[in-house]
Parts: sequence; C-alpha cells; structure tokens
Amino acid sequence: MGKLPMRARLATTLGGAAGTVSRLAGRGDGSVIGGVIGLRLEPDLLALLSAGRRIVLVTGTNGKTTTTRLITAALGSLGQDVASNAFGANMEAGLAAALGRAPDAPLAVLETDERYLPAVIKATKPRVVTLLNLSRDQMDRAAEIWLVARRWREALAAARGCWVVANADDPLIAWAASAAEHVVWVAAGQRWREDSWCCAECGSHLLRDELGWRCGECAFRRPATRWVLDGDRVIDSAGRISDLSLSLPGRANRSNAVVALAVAEVFGVETAQALPRLREVASVAGRYTRLARHGREVRLLLAKNPAGWLEAFDVLAPGTPVLLAVNAQGPDGKDTSWLWDVDYRVLRDRPVFVSGERRLDLAVRLEADQVAFSLADGVDEAVDQVEGTSLDVIANYTAFQQIRVALGRAD
Amino acid sequence: MAEVPRRRGAHERGESTLRLVWVYPDLLSTYGDRGNLLILQRRARLRGIDAEQVLVNADRPVPRQGDIYLLGGGEDLPQILAARRLRSDGGLRSAAERGAVIFAVCAGYQLIGTEFGGEEGQPVAGLEILDMRSTRGERRGVGEILAEVNPALGLPRLTGFENHQGVTERGPGVAALARVLTGVGNGDGTEGAWAGRVLGTYLHGPVLVRNPGLADLLLSWVAGPLAPLAGREEHWTQLLRDQRVTAVTATG
Repeated sequence: MGKLPMRARLATTLGGAAGTVSRLAGRGDGSVIGGVIGLRLEPDLLALLSAGRRIVLVTGTNGKTTTTRLITAALGSLGQDVASNAFGANMEAGLAAALGRAPDAPLAVLETDERYLPAVIKATKPRVVTLLNLSRDQMDRAAEIWLVARRWREALAAARGCWVVANADDPLIAWAASAAEHVVWVAAGQRWREDSWCCAECGSHLLRDELGWRCGECAFRRPATRWVLDGDRVIDSAGRISDLSLSLPGRANRSNAVVALAVAEVFGVETAQALPRLREVASVAGRYTRLARHGREVRLLLAKNPAGWLEAFDVLAPGTPVLLAVNAQGPDGKDTSWLWDVDYRVLRDRPVFVSGERRLDLAVRLEADQVAFSLADGVDEAVDQVEGTSLDVIANYTAFQQIRVALGRAD
Repeated sequence: MAEVPRRRGAHERGESTLRLVWVYPDLLSTYGDRGNLLILQRRARLRGIDAEQVLVNADRPVPRQGDIYLLGGGEDLPQILAARRLRSDGGLRSAAERGAVIFAVCAGYQLIGTEFGGEEGQPVAGLEILDMRSTRGERRGVGEILAEVNPALGLPRLTGFENHQGVTERGPGVAALARVLTGVGNGDGTEGAWAGRVLGTYLHGPVLVRNPGLADLLLSWVAGPLAPLAGREEHWTQLLRDQRVTAVTATG
C-alpha cells in the first residue's frame, strides 16, 4: 500500500477499521461500510486502489456473484492474491472495500452493479469486462434495460485496450459489447427471451433459429463465437471439448462457468488448469447450499427476477417439493408484477408451499396457472409438512436472507 | 354458463371463442403485462366462455376481428417504434372504430392518444384512438397507487403499482377512469382514461389481477353480463386486494 497517496491510505485504514467494527457489532459482513467511509474521505479512492492492478469486472442481471466466484477460483491457479467482493457488495463502496482489504493483491475480480458499470470502468481501467445477460429486474428502482445497454456501449467504446468477454446469445449484450475494441464472444445460451425480441440497433423483430439470432431488417446479427457451451460440455477457443461436470447445478451455472473459462484464458489460464478449480465451487454466498433440517435435506436457490426464476426451475429435481418465498422490500423491488412474467405450470407435478411477505401475490399467481399450493408461515413449517426427504427453496433477495437466518446462516 | 348475448368481433359473429389480442408483446411488454391477458382468459373460462390468446408481434399485421385488444408498457424507444408501426398498420385503429374493446397500460396507454413524449421529451404522434395527450413530467411516479373509480363504471377502488414519468391530459370527450387517492396517475388528480369501450391506465400490478371487477367489466363488454365468481380464486384475490389497500392507506 506504500504507493497510495496519504489521504487514500488514511481513507482505507479508517474504512477497514469501520468494517471490522461493523462485523464485530453484528451489523453485517462489513463489506460495504468501510468503502462508504473511505469514499467520503477520498472520492477517488476506487481509482487509487485500482491503479497498477489487473482487474476483471463482472456484470449482468443474473449470475454476477457466482461468475465472480468462478473467475476468482480459475485465476487462483496463477498463484497470486486475488481481491474480490465475493459477497455481492457491488456498488462503488463495496468495490473500494474489497480492494482496500487486499492492498497487495495484483489481481481483482469485482462484481459490478449494472447501473454503475460505466463509472466503475472509468475508475478502475479494467483489463477485462465480463457481460453475462440483461433482462428486466427491479424496474421500480433500476434503469430501463435498453438504456443500460446504451450506457454500457458508450463506456466500452471509450475503454481502449480493455477486453470484453460477452455472451453472444443475448442480443442486448451483443449490442452493448460490439462497440468495444476487443471482444471474446461466448455462446453461453439464453433461456429468457422476453426482453430481446427486438433489434437494439433498429427495433425490428429478431429472427431466431438453431444458428442464433439475426435482425430481419438490418445487418445486426449474432457474432461468431470463440467459446461454446454445448449441453454439459465446453468447446474452448482451440476447439477442444471438455466435460464441465460442475458441482453447481443448472444450465445457468454451466453458462457462467464457460464465461469464467474464457476470462481465465485472457490471463493465460488454460481450461485444463481452470476446470478442476471451478468444479470445487459447490455453493456461493449461501446459494445452492444443502443443509439438514428436521431430518430433511433443504436446498436454497436465490432468484430475483423472471429470468432467474426460469433458470431456478431448471435446477429443481422432478417431483421434489418446493417452497417459494417472495418479499418486496427495497432490495427486492417493491413491485411484484414480475411474478406474472414467470410460467409456474412446470410446478404442477409437485407439492408447492408459498411464504414470504408477499405470499398472497404468489397465491393469486399460482391459482391463475392452476398450480395447487399451501401457505407456509416460514421455512420450518414447510419442512415439517414435507413427506419425502428433501425440499427445494426458491426465494428472492430478502426472503432468501430471512430463510438463511432461520436456518442458522448457512454458507 | 347460460346464454350470453353476443356482441362485436369474432364473438359477435357467432364464433364461440373470445379472441384476446395482445398487441406487440415483443415491443410492449414489461413487468406483469402478461398477467392481464392470463387473468382475462382465466376469468372467461371460469364462466364457461372459451377464450384464446392471440399474440401479435410487431412484424405481423394486427388482426381486425379481435374481441379485446391489450397493449402493455415499454421503454421509450420501443414505444415510439410501436406507435409508428401501429399507425402504418391501421389494424388497431379500425378495430377501435368497429367498437372492439381496447385496454392499454402505461406506454400503451399513452400511445392510443393523439401524442406522447419521446425519449428526449419530443412530441411523437399517437394512434388518435382517444382524444388525449401525454407529455414527459418532471419526476417519475413510482409506487403503490389507490384510486376511486369513476362512479359511472360502478367498480370498487382501483389498486396497483405505477412506474412512469408521463403526464396525461384528456380532451372533452374522454372521461377519467378514476380519481387518485394515493399516487400520481395522470398528474392532475385523475388516473387513466375511458371512452366507449376503450380504457387506459398507468397501473401495472398487473391491474386486472388486483382489480378483477375491471377485468370482468371488459369481458362483459363483449360477452354480456357475467355470473359472479365465488371459488378459491376469488378468495385469494380478495385477500390480496385487502392487503394492498391496507398497506397503502396505512403508509399513505
């Protein structure tokens, strides 16, 4: 930290102390407060803390935290320290705090909130920007996604020398990334298409077939890809095929893993080195955790928006009872309308429980899809009613945190 | 369900299936707009009336023989594109002239008027189905909204969620859908617009889910008087309505 100017050093020290106090006081995991205090003392703190490091930014609507974790794991094979905001504190303060906690790490993998990406690109001058996907999410407080894509596009066009690793199967992502100087295109797939029926360039209807998507009227089309997710396998940039065999479940995580492998390659880490490390990741900040409760196995899945719920359904074991929990506090978005963008009919084959502060919204939604359900006051009430041996839980942000606390804050 | 009087559209021509036409789901569909379609279909079927969804993307002509046309919300650019395409297509306009039911939300609501504000606030030509004009307001209205419905419609209070920056002025031939109790709505203390069988609102929620009376009103305009529902579905809906109204009045 010797190279930091005096004020930045002071800001980092005081911020770090505040983080420790916050943790000791049980006020949280201390990953934000330090950054908040540091930035107040030194507004350029993020830029100062980034100087001289090789930085990866990870953004998108879904999969940020998991992909950040996977990239961090892959880069671990370089044998150097990697700074990371592993618990999802993804605004400027969280990023500054993560860098401040690891002053000597030459590498950093930073999950970045979609709205802050342009400012964070400016401040951190990243080596790689990772773009996963873009879809409707918490629209009562987030910007409209076409607008987000436009801002990314402008920021990436101005970031000379930066590499972008982007999902070519998401048309909005492709549009944003195509303005960048260097892009590694990844065929990472796209299940949720409700926000990308139209061309971001000209607004016309997009045509889709097995080869991908293209605009029916202008020249905008899916770029050719260097990396491909093919079922449970990855085809890397040299055309080699490897089984992913991840511990993390679901298509979305296979997609995140292929993106992580492409990022690792920018740093000279080959798939054969990176993959064993990706396979070791079994849960991420409490997500996908399996834990025992009253003689049953409970598995926790976080899903915060329609695209996330669609991917969560993909992870469910057939016939296994499921608890759905929805809140509408600030971090969740106060508008629950998005429940109507999810198709719940796939749940007709299993017992369904609903809980959370907005369980009545879920009840009306499930009734309209003719999915039988029962109300549960909390996770334990659902666990106790399960006849089999396991229960899957899908919850949105604060509902997920409440359930984690009820189950003893499992990681 | 016994005989229902048959009115205009496919239903009127003796076809037994109600055609619910969702106009441009590829351009105009944001949070929960699909819910309005689902709940109209569900509430029709619960009365033994068959109803089919007709999704019409922006690269297809809008069919002229639908019974109920739905328009959803959207960002500025898709809204402008949708207005341009719908003007040149002409299908929705002629359906409106024929007396079809049109129900439009948010961006869709603005574009059935004569003019609305574009991404820089510039005026953009609407479909001129209703005599009303929307502009871009100073601030975004975001949050729960509660409103007293126009007494001529005979419905309970309207509950929903709004998220828009529009200000809408109605011409003399267009009534307000409701009077705002909590929230922003059109910006002049009223919310939404209503003329004949055309109804528009800023409310998401989705509004027909939270306000089943409004859904039934639209259905009754094409299918005649409807028997009340009393099953589980109505039970949950009523509980949800009560919870949302209480939440708004407690904090408002």
